[in-house]
Amino acid sequence: MFLKRQLPLLITAIAALVMIFAYFIPHPVVSGLRDSAQSWYLVVAAFTMILGILNLLIVSINRATKGAKKDRFYHWVTVVSLLGTIFFGFLKGGMDNSGFDFIFKYIYTPLSATLFSLLAFYVASASFRAFRAKSTMATILLLTAFIVMLGQVPLGQMLTGNIIPDATNWIMNVMNMAGQRAVLIGAALGIIATSIKIILGIERSYLGGE
Amino acid sequence: MSFLEKLDKMDRRIIFLLIAIVVFVPLLFKYKMKVPARDEVKAIYNKIESLPEGSVVLFSFDYDPSTLAELQPMAKAVLKHLMRKKIKIVFAGLWPQGPKLADEVLKDVNKKFHYKKGIDYTNLGYKQGGIVVISSMASSIKDTFPTIADGTSYDEIPLLRNIHTLKDFSFIISLSAGDPGITHWMMIAKDRFGVPVAGGCTAVSAPQIYPYLNSHQLLGLMGGLNGAAQYETLISDRDQASLGMTAQTFAHALIILLIILGNITMFLLKRKRNERRAA
Repeated sequence: MFLKRQLPLLITAIAALVMIFAYFIPHPVVSGLRDSAQSWYLVVAAFTMILGILNLLIVSINRATKGAKKDRFYHWVTVVSLLGTIFFGFLKGGMDNSGFDFIFKYIYTPLSATLFSLLAFYVASASFRAFRAKSTMATILLLTAFIVMLGQVPLGQMLTGNIIPDATNWIMNVMNMAGQRAVLIGAALGIIATSIKIILGIERSYLGGE
Repeated sequence: MSFLEKLDKMDRRIIFLLIAIVVFVPLLFKYKMKVPARDEVKAIYNKIESLPEGSVVLFSFDYDPSTLAELQPMAKAVLKHLMRKKIKIVFAGLWPQGPKLADEVLKDVNKKFHYKKGIDYTNLGYKQGGIVVISSMASSIKDTFPTIADGTSYDEIPLLRNIHTLKDFSFIISLSAGDPGITHWMMIAKDRFGVPVAGGCTAVSAPQIYPYLNSHQLLGLMGGLNGAAQYETLISDRDQASLGMTAQTFAHALIILLIILGNITMFLLKRKRNERRAA
């Protein structure tokens, strides 16, 4: 029980307190502790990546051999892609190796960019169907979106001179900023509260269970 | 079904086709739009202009290929400006694919400027850990990156001989597609150590970063392809972003037209229904 509960809680509390003290106390002893904690974090973070890769590999192999028949092919694609990329990455030259370069430039990059680009089509279709002035609030949202969309491209300036670009700037710098600040301050207060709960051992869900 | 009802229930494949046409056709004509620069973009340009020759900047690529269309033209424009000013560059990446993307842009831009590896530029590579990596770099870059991306030891890079912590950089530029990214560089490098930080982000995440501009925590910001095109205008070298802005302008115009059409249809159908009910 001690190894599963108390020890992790103790490590969390000590690491958190070291980082907090190091922020406010610029003393070499505290800075040294902070640097050690940071180095430990970087080592642990590197291992989490290995853990993630192994987990993906095991899950994919399991599903490729025992999962639903119609999905097996896709799991094999994951396994082969993962192992293939790792293989070329470890060959001489690393990232500059011609095999790895080919995978990155001609497979990964176009696939990744294509998936993201599909958003343009869905945004256009969704705008036509959902952007309707059904109420006062919806109309305000619609007008704001109109102004910002026009202001984000040279068309706004071509049509109205500086009126639309200035209005866009005002929306972004005043209205948007007020809203974003409220969200940021709220989130920051939430993070502080949760952090205190974690340091004091009240919030233990990160240990699993409870 | 009346024409209005058909229009209201327009097949989405027609919309997809229209978007494809308005994006592809302008790209075929290769017309590059001139986009006037806003203050937040001018601030980055002015900062780089003010740096003396030989200054060292950190250029962090915190994105992956999914956002390449917006951020790579931005990287190219800023890199051209840095190289024109003969500023030395240390590349890094908080995203695994970032350093590789930096290499791609560098290969392209360096054909003209002939920067020397290890002397005029170097690529630290990627390190897992997000904000902690930045914090660790504030204590010691050598401890954070004992070897750089190509496996060379930190001590063997002439450019890094006088670079020990983040404070040794004149300027930090981060092109970011999310977390970790520009806000994290700002939180550590600017807020704790006073190193000026600026950069760019995708258009969709720009509104979240605006508050930091107003508080002067960020020196400048390029938002999406528009920000990249503004930077190209400033360096008088209209390239990929200015070309892309033509397609984006037509796409925005089409979306606006579709919204207007959708609303007109909705109102006419509503009026028709009310008339039927009254009759």
